[in-house]
Amino acid sequence: MSSAKEEILARIRANGEKDSREAEYDGIARNYRQTGTLSKDERIALLADRLHDYGCAVHRCPEAEIATCVGDVLRGRGKTHLLITPEIPADWLPNDCELLADSGLGYDELDRADGVLTRCALAIAATGTIVLRHAPDTGRRALTLVPDYHLCIVFESQMVELVPEAMQQMRAYGRAPLTTISGPSATSDIEMTRIQGVHGPRTLDIIFVK
Amino acid sequence: MSVRVGHAAEAPSFPQAAEKLVRNTQLRRNVRHATNVIRRKRARVVEELPDWEELREAGHAIKQHTLRHLDFYLEEFERKCTEAGGCVHWARDADEANRIIVDLVRAHDEKEVIKVKTMTSDETALNESLAAAGITPFETDLADLIVQLGEDRPSHIVVPALHRNKMEIRQIFLEKMKLENLGDRPEDLTAAARKYLREKFLNVRTGITGANFAIAETGSVVVVESEGNGRMCITLPRVLICLVGIEKIIPRFEDLEVFLQLLPRSATGERMNPYNSIWTGVAPGDGPEEFHVVLLDNGRTNVLRDEEARETLDCIRCGACLNACPVYRQTGGHAYGSVYGGPIGAILTPQLQSMRHSQSLPYASSLCGACYEVCPVKINIPEVLIHLRAKAVEQGYEPWQERAAMKAAAFALASGTRLEVAQKLARVMQLPFEHEGRLDHLPGMLAGWTAFRDLDAIPKQSFREWWAERE
Repeated sequence: MSSAKEEILARIRANGEKDSREAEYDGIARNYRQTGTLSKDERIALLADRLHDYGCAVHRCPEAEIATCVGDVLRGRGKTHLLITPEIPADWLPNDCELLADSGLGYDELDRADGVLTRCALAIAATGTIVLRHAPDTGRRALTLVPDYHLCIVFESQMVELVPEAMQQMRAYGRAPLTTISGPSATSDIEMTRIQGVHGPRTLDIIFVK
Repeated sequence: MSVRVGHAAEAPSFPQAAEKLVRNTQLRRNVRHATNVIRRKRARVVEELPDWEELREAGHAIKQHTLRHLDFYLEEFERKCTEAGGCVHWARDADEANRIIVDLVRAHDEKEVIKVKTMTSDETALNESLAAAGITPFETDLADLIVQLGEDRPSHIVVPALHRNKMEIRQIFLEKMKLENLGDRPEDLTAAARKYLREKFLNVRTGITGANFAIAETGSVVVVESEGNGRMCITLPRVLICLVGIEKIIPRFEDLEVFLQLLPRSATGERMNPYNSIWTGVAPGDGPEEFHVVLLDNGRTNVLRDEEARETLDCIRCGACLNACPVYRQTGGHAYGSVYGGPIGAILTPQLQSMRHSQSLPYASSLCGACYEVCPVKINIPEVLIHLRAKAVEQGYEPWQERAAMKAAAFALASGTRLEVAQKLARVMQLPFEHEGRLDHLPGMLAGWTAFRDLDAIPKQSFREWWAERE
């Protein structure tokens, strides 16, 4: 008896006719927009607009004032016990907050944290999307998932306009798991009423850094 | 090989099922409301993209290309996924897929699994196989949870519980979650689901998911979702099993740039859905330690063989054709007797089963073309419907009265003289049914038509007669 794999492949191959695969692939017309046309300021404004649309709060600050801005945002949300990823430099952190680096914490411990502070790999303005690349220095996936609150720092230099521009960069991330985040978790499963906050973080705050 | 599509083989025919459902006014109200909301949102976000048509063209072309070289891309996916620490299994049909998955869960001695919404597992009726093996599956998508707790069936590809309103959902939750108090606002119901599932997410050690896309070039799997239940199920368990229909393969990573623009706008009317997860095999220190992919055929190679209908497999399960369909909007999804409802279900379900069941489905359409217009990958559903109707007729799926009527019509229309005789005959025969120029109660099979609308009577004079008289 042949294996399931052999049988399935044989059924596909029974259809015959094959042109050169690679030439055919290269011939696929991709006449959609590949590169954006907005100025830097327009791009930043578009991203902020999209994020507001998803119910995210957007804050802005220069690089030298990240710690102050992070402190203000956390106080505003009443968060005191925060997880951080290893790549967050010490001078971004406010003094009046208890911050805990992830060292293989259990899920219960992640669940008990007030929230998590991370950077991102890049952001897509057209869709209001934050891209997280998960590596040892950028934090594992559970870190931005289990806590109920996520504060993410986005540099203006990390913002692209269109999805294809982001994909070009993401290809280079290799086997690192990727998560794209467009607003807080949400559902419209009950009478199509959009409810923010289901299982993933219920609140997502963003800081744009010049 | 025995293909199974949920319970489609035992389902009543579409007209039988639809007749009962259209009398349920609450259900029709719920379906109409939900589909109206999604259509409005979809139209708004599709309109703002100047290159929507170009994206559709590219989506269609990529899918058609992949299907032509599916053997190559499947093997490439297997190789890349294995290199990254994943384990790939192949399943000829639903039973084989379910057996593989049950064995994997058993090998770890687990009694519970958490599941992300996957229509493919509804297709294979995986939950029934798991339950029979003493394994409890917990559906974690809110709508799937409503369906599971309500011992119901999904009625929409994207929003499976759209036939339920909040009062019905509240009743189900009160009873099944054993709650004493529960509000009736969608917020209250969502919070109840969060609380109910939280403990499962943090403790159950096996997750089961479908996939929206599987990338051949990298061996990566992509899951598109909104609630975060998907991320929970693919990140927190120790073992992850992914059930993937073989048509979910795309060639390269960059192809995602097309589908991640087409899918969310078509499915939920969002510019982007809240979460996409893209992962490759096993990532040390991050997520499951063991990762299995089950590649499922279950009739897909049957569809592949028919060149005129092959594009059915382009489908990315966005549900836009359901929301647009005037038939679906009246009956809801249950009338289609399959986990795949609406126009795409009407062409997919019968084909997966080699046209041996569900032959009434290709007729569940007025061929208005609304489904084709909204399809993000340009599947020409009306054309495939007509093609499948022809196949059904070839197989003898046609009432003898219809066949006789068609033969008679062919005979009469073949010559002008015959047509004139037929017209004169009909003018006499219609007399008992005619009232003020209208036919309002025809006999036999034709009664179905006049039960809901009148037909104009055949006029006293035909055009040809009028022309002859004029000269």
